[in-house]
Amino acid sequence: MKIISLDPRIARLSDLPEESETVIVEHEEGWITFEVFHQKKKGTRHTHVGIVHAPNAEMAIVFAKESFARRGPTTNLWVVKSEDVVATDYDDSDIFDTTPDKQYREAGFYKTRNKIDLLKDSEAHE
Amino acid sequence: MYGGGYIGEPEKNQPQVQDDPEKLAEFEAKIDRGEKIEPQDWMPADYRKQLIRMIEQHAHSEIIGALPEGTFITRAPGFKRKMALMAKVQDEIGHGQMLYSAAETLGKTREQMFSDLLSGKSKYSNVFNYPAETWADVTIVGFLIDAAAIVNQVINSKGSYGPYCRALERICYEEAFHLKQGHDAFVSLAAGTPMQRKMAQDGLNRWWEPIMHFFGPSDKISVHSERLMRWKVKLASNDDMRQQFLNTYVPKVWEIGMTLPDPNLRKNPETKQWEFTEPNWDTFFKVINGGGPCNKERLAVRKWAEEKGRWVRQALTNPKEKYTVPFA
Repeated sequence: MKIISLDPRIARLSDLPEESETVIVEHEEGWITFEVFHQKKKGTRHTHVGIVHAPNAEMAIVFAKESFARRGPTTNLWVVKSEDVVATDYDDSDIFDTTPDKQYREAGFYKTRNKIDLLKDSEAHE
Repeated sequence: MYGGGYIGEPEKNQPQVQDDPEKLAEFEAKIDRGEKIEPQDWMPADYRKQLIRMIEQHAHSEIIGALPEGTFITRAPGFKRKMALMAKVQDEIGHGQMLYSAAETLGKTREQMFSDLLSGKSKYSNVFNYPAETWADVTIVGFLIDAAAIVNQVINSKGSYGPYCRALERICYEEAFHLKQGHDAFVSLAAGTPMQRKMAQDGLNRWWEPIMHFFGPSDKISVHSERLMRWKVKLASNDDMRQQFLNTYVPKVWEIGMTLPDPNLRKNPETKQWEFTEPNWDTFFKVINGGGPCNKERLAVRKWAEEKGRWVRQALTNPKEKYTVPFA
């Protein structure tokens, strides 16, 4: 089929599919997915930015560059097969519930100055 | 672009899946607390279904939207405009990819989404069934259609589904450039020769109705689900979004001495609401159901690309690799 189009790239095609033609994209054509990690500046952390579909890691890097490094600074990209990510279960997130309560693991928990002041006070009164 | 825009109401009269009431209450409590839902979380069947539908159609809109603009890459007026347009069109395809991925985390494969687009089962934003007739149309798409999309996308980025929100945040950031370059190109025409000015005005006249259609029918005639609002799938009504758009962008058109083809368009100083002539919704439904000037062309081109690219994808496929649903 030919279409009269304003787009010269389309107007010159003579083998456009008919309206009635069914085109199915098979599942295997979509490849597998990779999780992409992006580093802005050398020395900083890589951050998860999204996924790409690719047949292998090498192509995943190419697509990751197109998808996630189009503007702004980038120094490095990682790709990891989605199936290789191992994660905790959100339903089990209560295993972390008590962590924020562990104030003794924080510097601010230790009010040593009070004790020093008290000690100095009591020494002064001796 | 080209996010969102109104594509149609969810199918009605479908038997509702009964969700586990305890899990549902927990889910709704999470949303009420402002927490995001992640792919691994339990979610109501209808939440999953509506989100897939919405994100998928948003993705299709990005991909199809690149077609009318791509038409003018070869004929952009000057090197700077050509670079900007190429960058924009590339962004749109990238946005499509990100959105397909977000929908994919909900369990529908990207290939199934492609097939549904090609069969006409799944829709895309109606504005792309219209042609970009001149360079002025490209500037108007970049300026006003992107602006409308940004209104929609900024609102949706406050939704409840994590992967969609994250994709939208990135998309909105990049869209800011689309809007600015569109506005700049449009103002250049408006500030140009009488012929350029006429071109810009003709373009506005052509695009005004599709732009007014963009957010969908008035809330008075389109029922929206309380539940989708509660689940933060839909966050603002069609009318609210349209008002927000008119309020910001009509003054930007008027300030450069251009007109919009609606004599009733004005901001009511008392109600602070914009008043306008109701666009023809019969036209809207006719176009969305296949009767627009470019529906045939858009799908034919997508089918052609899938068919002609298949051998490349197959040649690269490693049959030993097994697909799993992406993580985030």
